[in-house]
Amino acid sequence: MAAFSVARSSCGFLSGLRVSFRSLAQVKHGAVAASVPQTSLLRDSRWYSVSHLSVKERIDKKRKAALIGGGQKRIDAQHKRGKLTARERVELLLDPDSFVETDMFVEHRCSDFGMEQDRNKFPGDSVVTGRGRINGRLVYVFSQDFTVFGGSLSGAHAQKICKIMDQAMTVGAPVIGLNDSGGARIQEGVESLAGYADIFLRNVMASGVVPQISLIMGPCAGGAVYSPALTDFTFMVKDTSYLFITGPDVVKSVTNEDVTQEELGGAKTHTSVSGVAHHAFENDVEALLNLREIPPPFRECHDPSDRLVPSLDTIVPFESTKAYDMLDIIQAIVDEREFFEIMPNYAKNIVVGFARMNGRTVGIVGNQPKVASGCLDINSSVKGARFVRFCDAFNIPIITFVDVPGFLPGTAQEYGGIIRHGAKLLFAFAEATVPKITIITRKAYGGAYDVMSSKHLRGDVNYAWPSAEVAVMGAKGAVQIIFRGKDNQAEAEAEYVEKFANPFPAAVRGFVDDIIEPSTTRRKICRDLDVLASKKQVNPWKKHANIPL
Amino acid sequence: MAAHSLSPSLYRLLFAVKYASLHSRCCAVHKKAQYSTIYNPSEKTFEKILIANRGEIACRVIKTCKKMGIKTVAVHSDVDSSAVHAKMADEAVCVGPAPTSKSYLNMDAIMDAIRTTGAQAVHPGYGFLSENKEFAKRLAAEGVTFIGPDTHAIQAMGDKIESKLIAKAAKVNTIPGFDGVVKTAEEAVKIAQDIGYPVMIKASAGGGGKGMRIAWNDEETREGFRFSSQEAASSFGDDRLLIEKYIDNPRHIEIQVLADKHGNALWLNERECSIQRRNQKVVEEAPSTFLDSVTRQAMGEQAVQLAKAVQYSSAGTVEFLVDSKKNFYFLEMNTRLQVEHPITECITGLDLVEQMIRVAKGYRLQHKQEDIPINGWAIESRVYAEDPYKSFGLPSIGRLSQYHEPLNLSNVRVDSGIQEGSDISIYYDPMISKLVTYGATRSEALARMEDALDNYVIRGVTHNIPLLREIITHPRFISGDISTNFLPEVYPDGFKGHQLEADTRRELLASAAALYITAQLRSQRFLGEVEVSGQWDLASPLLPLTINSTHKMLQCLSRDASGNIVLQYLGTSFQVRVLSKLAAELNSYMPEKVPEDTSSILRSPMPGTMVAVSVKPGDTVAEGQEICVIEAMKMQNSLTAVKQAKVKSVHCKPGDTVGEGDLLVELE
Repeated sequence: MAAFSVARSSCGFLSGLRVSFRSLAQVKHGAVAASVPQTSLLRDSRWYSVSHLSVKERIDKKRKAALIGGGQKRIDAQHKRGKLTARERVELLLDPDSFVETDMFVEHRCSDFGMEQDRNKFPGDSVVTGRGRINGRLVYVFSQDFTVFGGSLSGAHAQKICKIMDQAMTVGAPVIGLNDSGGARIQEGVESLAGYADIFLRNVMASGVVPQISLIMGPCAGGAVYSPALTDFTFMVKDTSYLFITGPDVVKSVTNEDVTQEELGGAKTHTSVSGVAHHAFENDVEALLNLREIPPPFRECHDPSDRLVPSLDTIVPFESTKAYDMLDIIQAIVDEREFFEIMPNYAKNIVVGFARMNGRTVGIVGNQPKVASGCLDINSSVKGARFVRFCDAFNIPIITFVDVPGFLPGTAQEYGGIIRHGAKLLFAFAEATVPKITIITRKAYGGAYDVMSSKHLRGDVNYAWPSAEVAVMGAKGAVQIIFRGKDNQAEAEAEYVEKFANPFPAAVRGFVDDIIEPSTTRRKICRDLDVLASKKQVNPWKKHANIPL
Repeated sequence: MAAHSLSPSLYRLLFAVKYASLHSRCCAVHKKAQYSTIYNPSEKTFEKILIANRGEIACRVIKTCKKMGIKTVAVHSDVDSSAVHAKMADEAVCVGPAPTSKSYLNMDAIMDAIRTTGAQAVHPGYGFLSENKEFAKRLAAEGVTFIGPDTHAIQAMGDKIESKLIAKAAKVNTIPGFDGVVKTAEEAVKIAQDIGYPVMIKASAGGGGKGMRIAWNDEETREGFRFSSQEAASSFGDDRLLIEKYIDNPRHIEIQVLADKHGNALWLNERECSIQRRNQKVVEEAPSTFLDSVTRQAMGEQAVQLAKAVQYSSAGTVEFLVDSKKNFYFLEMNTRLQVEHPITECITGLDLVEQMIRVAKGYRLQHKQEDIPINGWAIESRVYAEDPYKSFGLPSIGRLSQYHEPLNLSNVRVDSGIQEGSDISIYYDPMISKLVTYGATRSEALARMEDALDNYVIRGVTHNIPLLREIITHPRFISGDISTNFLPEVYPDGFKGHQLEADTRRELLASAAALYITAQLRSQRFLGEVEVSGQWDLASPLLPLTINSTHKMLQCLSRDASGNIVLQYLGTSFQVRVLSKLAAELNSYMPEKVPEDTSSILRSPMPGTMVAVSVKPGDTVAEGQEICVIEAMKMQNSLTAVKQAKVKSVHCKPGDTVGEGDLLVELE
């Protein structure tokens, strides 16, 4: 309620919303905090009666217990599965000695089914939380501990996660979740469900405020999957991580399908078929080391920003039907050929990912002529749209490389709702207020031309290469309409090509700012980004837009 | 901070690594290994020359033409429309689609190009139409000068059998026990037995090593006959074959000759071309370490005798096999400019292309035999887009995503016809460039070659620099103890890359660790907390390092967040994994991923076209039995079974285009 009224009275400044939300969170947090001393007081008295250890010794003992989680046997079992423990993961992810742990003494509060017994109490419960630094930059981390009750989520577990998420939002630092959990703590019943919902709410509230990254390093099933689904990026570890709403057994009993865990929700499924996960890594170590570079932070650049790239002058083939690899262009243009591709195996007809230009982090979107001619379809539109919105939310400039023959035709696409899904990409590009630079390398046909960060959607700088063809459609189709019934189709086609299959129609109207030599592209983009660093653009105030979901 | 987490031993090593100034080497005085074009403006020459070739040799000819003030016309296939040679020439004409038979060998289209552009002469380069008498005749009929010898000499020397008869008559030493045109496999076996094994089988019309096979017994003779006749038919349209005595452990030394149309002829010293794989040259040098001046003179004089015997004009090469006792035998004469001509230019200072043009215009030679010097030493490495780990080089294709020639070094000449962004396609020869270094002495030239190879940046295709660098630094090569069997003798189990010793291993690890730390430190530098001195440039593919106070040039091929670093060091690329101590410990828990079982599947080792598939599902193949034949870059390669098994499935058919790694056949 408070949130609504503040937002209205402040005429809709985002900051207003954020402030009000923060106060809301603190109230909630306060309530939780109040309940903690009660339980610990109870426990303390019990401890006091059975042992005569001094407080200091008891602290040491608890800390020690927290550090080994579920015990050496379970740690060994975890290692045997090819997985690291929650603490090992945190240590590897963060800069050495930078981890500051919170809530090491929190324990679960369940007293049913014998859970209140000492042997069922683990300091810190089944999650390790805290903050640390990655290459000197502050992040908040939670890492679920599979060795304690299979990493299941108790009320206390959820409360620990919520606490660091609240702190992350207060200071504006990213949240990284390392998921390895069997699911809800069944013994706790609805308290566990409430815990999930508390986390979901924070995921939603933090969305667009701080970057949220999930790395699935073990099972993640049932309702638990929605927390990663709400975060900005979901990464998986091959062979050891699974994400699904219901497991193979339930699938069998309901739909009578035989499917393995790996097929149903493994890394390969989610990175290439469902599009749920954005990237998969070979193992825990590689995943964590790579996570340190995502998304690539702004850093010193050794690659000259005015470097010419002569190889680009010959990259677009002469025949407009011949494919080439858009990644070749991207790698040649960005700093040090470093391109972190997001979803490389899903909807390959569009390429999205992060790179740096003169040290600055940029988001790159490009049609991939090598796959399905680079056309836009349902999956590629959604993939592109989500990425563009991420960049816009976190002020990352967007560079778009266009070679698109149009939207993919067919009943499958129409029935699947290409109109609605294609609109998402259009919506995302149109509403984005970050610097937008567009390079048309070859085809920019029809509605897809409009969609791909065109001048008309507030593109800041739009370039065309000499090989660009900006037109309503390809020559063949156009000629069949314009010159219907004319005998000499070949001649008509040649005329159309002469008139439209080049960058001039767009250039004379100012729809592209310049026709540039491909080899100068890097230099021009770097200069434009310098200028656009001070870009200020605000969309009309609204509660939120209504993107066609 | 990252430094702290490195294992202590690695960290200690780092103190040995000093940061070299990146630019210290680039400032070297620009001095090139060159030939000088002594163009005399008063000497009237052609106004326009068409170059009926592509790639580096077309560029090479255009360069001299430009110096001589001659306009140039390039011909190109459609895929070559933006190739370097087409852009370099004053005019460029498309002569057809990509396959050579439809473009660079398409005489009708080339004749049309000559007519439309009004070219007065044609330089054929090497390969393609350079030794095609038909082409020379058609040019003559239209009154266009062919820059090369006349048809008579091409015909006489182009035929292996006729050429030996002429050579014999001209009192040139020839190989004992050769003769015969072969029609069937059995006839081939009989001839081979008469000569005595080993014998060599090749296409009569083919030049160089293409289509040449050596047989040590009847079985191999039959196989060689089949391959050579197929190849002869597909490459030359002439399926005649030649079988002759094969000289074991020979050196391949050739004499460059230059003759005019007035009966004058010179020999321009020798080129040592013994380092070969599959009878194709890899490393050449001039002069040869093996020849004394008496042998040199004898060879030179015989070469000139032969040239005079066929009224040769223009530049040509007489190839000899030289045995360990310095007996030399005439092998063949190439009536064209050779690939390896630059090393002769380096030591004599002559521009052979210029001389060819002058001679074609009818001028007399400017030099006398005593004017021809041997100045210094020149070495040429043929840099190929090939994987040297597979049979010393199987073709690889791709796009040159990064490409920098080591021209910042002095005494380096690079003849290439490609640039960054060029495609190495399956249609043409996979040569990237000819890297030539020059020095006052052989060791100077060799040292410079090492530097040049280390500074050569090639990304996007697999290349043979690891092999080249190993050859030129091998003790046997350095001592000059080489023969045409050098590679199989030195690497009996195939080429495996540079083998690290304890100290070079330490150097490599230290370099990788230093690189890793530099990258780690840079990731933190945005805060301004860490200051590092040194001149690392992480964007540069070259890593000039000073290791234990010696300069070394390493190259970083790739570097990722997981600590995988691939460094090119001493020519060979090594994969190094640098992990912090913690990550290394934890990595031991990571499971090994099971690689695919490759013994029962046959994948294509190279991109190419399927020529024949000899098995069908259900067949049982014996170990070593041929399964299929792939043609790539004009070579036919037979793929054989590694074990006895039943064929489960066949995934290819003749005529298919296959890529490297494509599944061809599955065995049970």
